[in-house]
Amino acid sequence: MRVKKNLSLHIGYVLVGSLTLLMLVSLIYTPYDPNQMFPDERLQGPSMEHWMGTDNFGRDILSRVMEGAQTAFLIGALSVAIGLSFGLLLGSMSGYFGGWIDELIMRLIDAMMALPGILFAIVLVAVFNPSLTITIIAIGIMSVPSFTRIIRSCFVQAKEFDYVKASKAKGATHVRLMYHHILPNSLSPIIVAITLSFSSSVLAESGLSYLGLGVQPPFASWGRMLKEAQPFIAATPSYIVIVGVVITCMVLGFNLLSDGIRDANARK
Amino acid sequence: MKRLTYKLLSSILTLFIVTLLIFFMFQVLPGNPAQIILGIDADEAQIKQLEQKLGLDEPLTTRYMQWVQGIFTGDLGESLKYQMPVIDVLKQRVPVTLALALSSLVLTALLAIPLGIFIAMKQDKWYAFVLNLFTQLGIAIPSFWFGFLLIYLFGVKLGWFPTFGYTAWSENPMQAIRSFILPSVAIAVSNIAVVVRYLRNTILDQTTMDYVRTAKSKGVKDHQVMSRHIVRNAFIPVLTIMGMIVADTIAGSIIIENVFALPGLGSLLIQSITSRDFPLIQALVSYIAIFVIVINIVIDLLYRIIDPRIKKKG
Repeated sequence: MRVKKNLSLHIGYVLVGSLTLLMLVSLIYTPYDPNQMFPDERLQGPSMEHWMGTDNFGRDILSRVMEGAQTAFLIGALSVAIGLSFGLLLGSMSGYFGGWIDELIMRLIDAMMALPGILFAIVLVAVFNPSLTITIIAIGIMSVPSFTRIIRSCFVQAKEFDYVKASKAKGATHVRLMYHHILPNSLSPIIVAITLSFSSSVLAESGLSYLGLGVQPPFASWGRMLKEAQPFIAATPSYIVIVGVVITCMVLGFNLLSDGIRDANARK
Repeated sequence: MKRLTYKLLSSILTLFIVTLLIFFMFQVLPGNPAQIILGIDADEAQIKQLEQKLGLDEPLTTRYMQWVQGIFTGDLGESLKYQMPVIDVLKQRVPVTLALALSSLVLTALLAIPLGIFIAMKQDKWYAFVLNLFTQLGIAIPSFWFGFLLIYLFGVKLGWFPTFGYTAWSENPMQAIRSFILPSVAIAVSNIAVVVRYLRNTILDQTTMDYVRTAKSKGVKDHQVMSRHIVRNAFIPVLTIMGMIVADTIAGSIIIENVFALPGLGSLLIQSITSRDFPLIQALVSYIAIFVIVINIVIDLLYRIIDPRIKKKG
């Protein structure tokens, strides 16, 4: 039982680890310049010169996938940071104070959730023009509701614990109780939420970029690579398959990691 | 009854906040909307005229009230691109999205429920991990990429289904159904995986309950315990995620309609963003949000009817 459960954690580590490595390597080395075009070698399948083949402009797909990893990790990290900060603020106030503050914040969160995931991001991009910054902000805001709910439930539970009641009786201030006592004790569900949110931000980014509303050139993005590959699906299916597999591995990796961490904590 | 009133009141509050959010999101448009719509070549008189037409010269609160009223009366102004009332543009597109969402939901229910029960029953087998990994894979795969794979395999290679576009129901019902199959599958995959995992967890939670032990010690056969006792109880929590599934289905159809070139609300949304047709975008987004909230209220009501215990508690 123990080994079986840890398997998802291990697979998660391997997938996320190798993609992180790929991203780090791309900072100093890519096989070719990601934007260099080889007009005579367009739309080739995998070969010894181009391990993942070439795209419709004759660019090396492996190099572009590596550069796309930077974009994916950048957007993932920054949007999680945005979602976590707002989620922490709203969730802790909502769970700690309860009452009308809780009611108001929860209705705001319900309202945000009524705009299904990507729709919210699409609206933001529609109002402002698509760019890397807007993509990060949009995906970040998209993840606020789930962070808020998780952190709120941690705070609602923790309020009843003896150590919290004891510090309260000793005269600890609200801020001290919230961020010195309750928060450090709620870390593990928050870590699970962070890994999960990372994977949904990768999915959201690829969807937005596929629609042409996400990351704009010159940044390479996996989602936009799929958009560019779509017309050539019959001629070079390997292009679409490879990029999709990379996105799936990234999302799967973070999902398994979050599952594994949750199971590991539950067993303690 | 008290809980039901509370639920309805809080849903109305949510609706109010949603309309505020959407209204003000479109107010923060950088620059003058009339100027943006007309472009930099527009002269002063044209801008004034459009401002009046869009009601931009009224105070903010009046405009908000008028806009909310418009949502309910269906008077949301004219689409800038199509030069006709927004509501008429929407009416043309709704059937496609509705058909797509419904067929994908039906597919989800038909496949996810038996699969979830099956996987829950096989949890102690050595290959359980592989089954669970498949459900994880279903969640991780980008739906539009899965759509590409379906197009390549069943459209390009095998030629069983059209690769894109759509035939109206009135023209050829068989062809219409065929053009919906691949996109519905693409949307349903992640939802199926989510429901299967959720159902498996709730079934596994139920198997440790006292009533299961009682039934088993009474000599009820295993499959009867499963079908008559466990599954019935396991379904109730699954209903609570139905609202999320519906929202995800709509979000999924926004992307998938673009993959398969289906003329529904999703492809309309992306087109209207490209052409900066703000009255149309605003109307689309509002109606989708209201639809999701209403669906959630309906599911909450259903939930009470199915499980009488909740009524007593409230």
